[in-house]
Amino acid sequence: MTSPYNQRDWTVHPSYFSENYKSTHLRSPTKAPIKVKQTKSELTAPSFLHLLTHNQENDLTKNGALDGQQPLGERIVVTGRVLDENGKPQPNTLIEIWQCNSSGRYIHSADQHDAPLDPNFFGAGRCITDKNGMYKFYSIKPGAYPWGNHKNAWRPAHIHFSLFGPAFATRLITQSYFPGDPLLKLDPIFQSIPKEARKLLIKTFDIESTEEGFALGYKFDFTLRGPRATPMEK
Amino acid sequence: MSFKQTPSQTIGPFFAYGLTPKQYGYNKIEDITSNDLNSEGTIGERISIEGIVFDGNNEAVDDALIEIWQASSSGLYFTSKSLPDTNDRFCGFGRCGTGTNSQRKFSFTTIKPGAVSDNQAPHINFIIFMRGLLSHVYTRMYFPEEEGANQHDSFLLNVPRDRRQTLIAKKISSSKGKVYQFDIYMQGAKETVFFDV
Repeated sequence: MTSPYNQRDWTVHPSYFSENYKSTHLRSPTKAPIKVKQTKSELTAPSFLHLLTHNQENDLTKNGALDGQQPLGERIVVTGRVLDENGKPQPNTLIEIWQCNSSGRYIHSADQHDAPLDPNFFGAGRCITDKNGMYKFYSIKPGAYPWGNHKNAWRPAHIHFSLFGPAFATRLITQSYFPGDPLLKLDPIFQSIPKEARKLLIKTFDIESTEEGFALGYKFDFTLRGPRATPMEK
Repeated sequence: MSFKQTPSQTIGPFFAYGLTPKQYGYNKIEDITSNDLNSEGTIGERISIEGIVFDGNNEAVDDALIEIWQASSSGLYFTSKSLPDTNDRFCGFGRCGTGTNSQRKFSFTTIKPGAVSDNQAPHINFIIFMRGLLSHVYTRMYFPEEEGANQHDSFLLNVPRDRRQTLIAKKISSSKGKVYQFDIYMQGAKETVFFDV
């Protein structure tokens, strides 16, 4: 049986309630979660290996484009690794990706922001890490958009990610941001993260992975909960 | 530990075209799963699960994503490391958003899981995500007819007696066969028990 995973580290994760992020007020649990000893239910996870044989959908500049056309915006290539807390690479990990277009508009029908949809951009895809825990996808740099949380509230540019990892306990949904964005210090969702941990959600610009004449490179590593360190064996 | 966990962020209101495209009518990418966990070869008692996620004002949440993970009817999990040697075709993982039903219900068709081990009653593992929820919550659904097993379940035993009912589904009669209702309350007197998994 797999060893249990470390608890969620609440020195990096946001608290459920945030005074400044209004949607948390009626949706955040008020009672502390109940501590439990992990069982097989938490130590196992669904298999997504069958997706390896499908088109990996890791090029968002192509998977929503009409024949021979391209989305508007600055092309980016995002690469990185999925690790656990011990630095061990996590192979065969599914990463699902979604984001708005370069104008700051999601294709989701509930998004009514008055910015244009791009007929050549869908904004979602997925990739799976290789045997070294590496992933790569292509997209367009997403725009900022207003969201009505407070006066002149604008979300900084961000990409949404959903990861499973090796266990139900390692499930993670997050957002990653872009370096140097002046909106970061004004954004209650980003600011909900304890201060020291905020840098963990900012991609770094990377000239090495930048593709000549094609796309700007950004690096972003994910760290999932790792197996709990066991006392030294005799 | 040399690496810090990547912080969680909310799923936001616009996840559906990426995570549950088919349910919401988007066809550019394929779904990795759906709210129907069964296939022709699945062995076990067919059941449906439905419920509503309520916020602190008792209003139904229309932009939540519910994920379930469960064992097969013989109590086995089908993972990439362990594919039980059986003809039972059952992936155990499903997803449903609450934005396509007029009453904001989520629903799943699946089979009743077997007990995974002696100190675990049959149960279905839930993860809930939504706008306004900065980190996901974990909970479990138990079966009302499993009173005996529920009394020995290691998770339920950790829950104060007066809150255990929040984890036990209601069996409702329906033309659709056996249906369990499992509503989730984020706050209030009926606040669902969430686990620090």
